[in-house]
Amino acid sequence: MATWPKRDLLAAAWRFVRHHVLTLYSFLFFAYLLLPIAIVVAFSFNHPTGNFNYTWQGFTWDNWKYWDGVPGIRSAVVLSLEIALLASLVATILGTLIALALVRYGFRGRGATNILIFLPLSTPEIVLGASLLTLFLNLNVVFGFWTILIAHVMFCISFAVVTVKARLIGFDRHLEEAAMDLGANEWATFRKVTLPLIAPAILAALLLCFAISIDDFVVTYFNSGSLTTFPLFVWGAARVGAPPQVNVIGTAIFAVAVIGMLVNVLVQMRRQRVAAAA
Amino acid sequence: MGFLHRNRQLTPYLLLAPGLLWLGVFFVVPLGFLAYQSLQSGNFDIGYSFSWAWGNYWTALRDYHGEFIRSLEYAGIATLLALFLSYPVAYWIAFRGGRWKNLLLLFIVAPFFVTYLIRTLAWETILSDHGFVVRTLQQLHLLGAGGRLLATATAVVMGITYNFLPFMALPLYVSLEQIDQRLLEAAQDLYASRWKAFVRVTLPLSLPGIVGGTLLTFIPAAGDFINAQLLGAPQNHMIGNVIQSKFLELTDYPAAASMSFILMAAILVAVAAYARAVGTEQLTGTPV
Repeated sequence: MATWPKRDLLAAAWRFVRHHVLTLYSFLFFAYLLLPIAIVVAFSFNHPTGNFNYTWQGFTWDNWKYWDGVPGIRSAVVLSLEIALLASLVATILGTLIALALVRYGFRGRGATNILIFLPLSTPEIVLGASLLTLFLNLNVVFGFWTILIAHVMFCISFAVVTVKARLIGFDRHLEEAAMDLGANEWATFRKVTLPLIAPAILAALLLCFAISIDDFVVTYFNSGSLTTFPLFVWGAARVGAPPQVNVIGTAIFAVAVIGMLVNVLVQMRRQRVAAAA
Repeated sequence: MGFLHRNRQLTPYLLLAPGLLWLGVFFVVPLGFLAYQSLQSGNFDIGYSFSWAWGNYWTALRDYHGEFIRSLEYAGIATLLALFLSYPVAYWIAFRGGRWKNLLLLFIVAPFFVTYLIRTLAWETILSDHGFVVRTLQQLHLLGAGGRLLATATAVVMGITYNFLPFMALPLYVSLEQIDQRLLEAAQDLYASRWKAFVRVTLPLSLPGIVGGTLLTFIPAAGDFINAQLLGAPQNHMIGNVIQSKFLELTDYPAAASMSFILMAAILVAVAAYARAVGTEQLTGTPV
């Protein structure tokens, strides 16, 4: 008789597992996703003795204090930031205009335009990089800042179009009609009504393009000439053992992106709560 | 603006012009140059000249069919792994996430915020010969005493799977999130078991997400060379590694260009076969 409670306990445990197996699995999955990130962050505080930052040697703040202590890393980070800033700005402007045309106007060639926007997204990066390389080679263009910028704007445009389009489709046109009825001309309507309403999507496109640009390796590798962006610096450093400063920059980029996303998520959750209460 | 007012039908074209011009000059025209280059003969020192050299394609296939097949194989396995690993989680977030959905999605995309190369290097650390993963596997005798993970096909496929997982998980989540829960209640009211309701209702309705995620994962994975370079040995090299070294180290442009086209064609064939299998309306139905 003494075995009964035990069996009950087992049955209860089994029921618990059966009920929560999906939840347990999901947490394991998140652990798997976050493990490499934890490694990157942890090893930014490592105090490596040799060339290789592979095994844990001891804690230090030095890598953060002297983040640009490795020759070439500062100029690589600066170049990446410059390119990302300019490329995301240009691509977002061009992409927003295309999105406006696609959603707002019926015109001949809409299908072809949609395909042209979709194609760069479905082409392997190595082909994008290689084809641009052959263009520049054949036209004897000097590789450098401008070739990198051109490449980044090229692969960012489609992402910007898709992001802004999604917002424009769910847009209430009556608001614009109301503005026109009240005597606003097209330009004033765009500036005072349309632009503020799609501003969040434009901001999202800007951030997405920035993130994609600053992370790009393959296309940049083909079109950078002798210049080095941060991912190219990591590639070069990886051959001889990447210094912990690489982890410092990686962690910093990660932290900025996550904080930005967290703020966005929290604002959304707050808005949902307010909407639910009203 | 007055000009625009008078020519309203011109407005969309003016809006499109700058962006499409950019894509035309720096995406479409380069593909033409790539095609042109792929049919040239000669060498780097004397220069290349156009000569309808279709032989480049045959040479590429003859010498590198191993790398082509390996690319499709690794990308295919990684895509399947990503699908099976992330479907349950996408399901869990979509149906049980409640008000935490957006926060949980942040976990899914978190890897994207760490530079691609740096997170691949992190896997190099995790899988390294003296790391805890290899030691644990050795203690469990799942791996021989001198057994390694780094510089094996397993490591390359693991790296690809991890790096492209969010591309799979996000479309899955979007399609699962849109499913009307009342359909599942209806199925259960009609005496379908939970499993049967999943197979007959949820799974078919999430098919657009499966198709979208599969393509978004498979296409970049097939062209990848970073994982094979950092986590694999030379015998694990994919076609991306060959194209990269032919272009940038050996300056054998015609060979590299023809291989790029074969890669694109191989991907197109794979995608077309896949589209046939799942039904074309799923492909064209995904609004992008």
